[in-house]
Amino acid sequence: MTTQIRVPGRESRPAAPPPAPAPLAPRARMGSAFAAVYRAQLSRARVARIPLLFVATFQSVGIMVMMRGVVEAGDGEAARAVVAGSSVLVVAFVALNLLAQYFGQLRASGGLDHYATLPVPPAAVVLGAAGAYASFTVPGTLLTALVGCVLFHLTLTTLWVLAVVIPLAGAALSGLGAALGLLAPRQEIATLFGQLGMSAALLLGVLPASHLPAPVGWVRDLLPSTYGVEAFARTLGGSAGTDWAAVAGDLSVCAAVGVASLAVATWAYRRAACR
Amino acid sequence: MNTGTEDQAPPAGAAVRDTVCTVRGLIRTYPAGSGTRRPGLRRRGPAAVPAAGPAAVRASDGIDLDVARGELFGILGPNGAGKTTLVRQLTGLLRPDAGSIDVLGHDLVRHPDRAARLIGYLGQESTALDELTVSLAAETTGRLRGLDAAAARAARDAVLDELELAPIASRPIKRLSGGQRRLACFAATLVGERPVLVLDEPTTGMDPVARRAVWAALGRRRAENGTTVLLVTHNVIEAETVLDRVAVLDQGRVIACDTPAGLRALVADEVRLDLVWRADPPLDLPEIAALKPLADISGRRWTLRLPHDRARSTVAALTSGPGYAALDDFTLATPSLEDVYLALGGRAKGLVKA
Repeated sequence: MTTQIRVPGRESRPAAPPPAPAPLAPRARMGSAFAAVYRAQLSRARVARIPLLFVATFQSVGIMVMMRGVVEAGDGEAARAVVAGSSVLVVAFVALNLLAQYFGQLRASGGLDHYATLPVPPAAVVLGAAGAYASFTVPGTLLTALVGCVLFHLTLTTLWVLAVVIPLAGAALSGLGAALGLLAPRQEIATLFGQLGMSAALLLGVLPASHLPAPVGWVRDLLPSTYGVEAFARTLGGSAGTDWAAVAGDLSVCAAVGVASLAVATWAYRRAACR
Repeated sequence: MNTGTEDQAPPAGAAVRDTVCTVRGLIRTYPAGSGTRRPGLRRRGPAAVPAAGPAAVRASDGIDLDVARGELFGILGPNGAGKTTLVRQLTGLLRPDAGSIDVLGHDLVRHPDRAARLIGYLGQESTALDELTVSLAAETTGRLRGLDAAAARAARDAVLDELELAPIASRPIKRLSGGQRRLACFAATLVGERPVLVLDEPTTGMDPVARRAVWAALGRRRAENGTTVLLVTHNVIEAETVLDRVAVLDQGRVIACDTPAGLRALVADEVRLDLVWRADPPLDLPEIAALKPLADISGRRWTLRLPHDRARSTVAALTSGPGYAALDDFTLATPSLEDVYLALGGRAKGLVKA
């Protein structure tokens, strides 16, 4: 409520005080903005991502077929590592590598301007894209795990654990991919980071940890995908022999890395979107 | 600066603001030689950046602008003039080094985030929308502009019908022709009304039908809602025919700002004579040789800007003398905004006449 004060003698001069600022349009709310970005990103799969999703799955199945030549079928550390590593590799390929490339390309081409000139919470853009890329991995990861369990004579009864492993490993790896894509100074470097991250997940994920030299093992421990692989591998002997506390521990690491990397990615998005 | 709108009747309503956008002393410098090439910044010719020394590029060099409510205001200039840098500052994408930007009473230098709630922006790039269908691009943009799901769908349908995009609504933008793609992105810009639209070369690549659809859609919004439109163009014909006022930008500075007719009046005492030769011009003829230093030569085309009487006598001499046989074509035209730009000291070439 404002009170108009009339100054004597000023009535004839209606050079009024400046009008109040115009009302601002509402911001997009976090939930609906996330849903809109997620849906839009998911629809991109139909146009552009199907061949790449096929490649991701084909690569993982190919690795398992190859490894079958040197690893005995039946429950054992090596067989579990191959199946779990190949399955999580699909997540690394799509969520880390492809998302890093996507954000790198969006940033380099000025495509981020589109989102930056809309009243959207930055976290909605990052989470929507990360969530969609993590979702792209679901069919490939499931198929790889199924084929792997059949190939290596492992139980199918605990595959339900993928319902937790995919979202949490997906959060960790897509957060990392988004952060790398948005922080890389150039598009080619974003691509390079994405490829290297995926290669690391491949080389360090599909071999059993006990077969690796100690320094390589330390690097393996630094890689977020490792904890997704470990969690899944622990369950492949059937639920009776599974150390569920260790599975929860591994998945907590994925969740923590996911939260941290998505926060960094959101910060990087803000930084990239407005200069 | 002459706003050119003093004689317009103010819109009805007491507290309606006449000036929607006020820019004062806007400066933005890019460090030269910084490897990161900013989108929207095209490097100028070597004249602007000395070979030695880390000379910075002043993409905005003290820009002042006033844009009135409901105006269709153009920013005209060749590539590298600083048009995109200017609109990126208006839309909160780029922070100015100095100066002020007021849009509808909001200080956008202090609160760049408010730009998204006041301005609908169409940038030059469409990579964020490329892989979406026309329909989903419009709907998603509406949702991200704060519309609820039903309102976004309704606004999407209305805009797609208005721009006659409904038949291609389910096609991915990437698979459309350049002009259709641009129109689809323009449609997304219109979903979720904003009082100000900032459009960076909106009609690039469009055929005349699509261009007309764009101008009609903008006209409707100006008439019905008093929407203010700022648009960047390097197309002088478009600038002359659709804009209310034009700011001519050169090397980061506004070198003129007026109505297209007002700007053309600056060079009203000149006409443009274009000569196109069949082969090499007959320089052995003294009257032709005398014209050469005055001509802006582009291949076989000579463009001359001459006072009326000189142009008349030149045409008379050419058409009656032996030089006529060497001419393929000639045109005598009243000056365009390109002539204004050059007469005002604009140094770069690259304005488009199409």
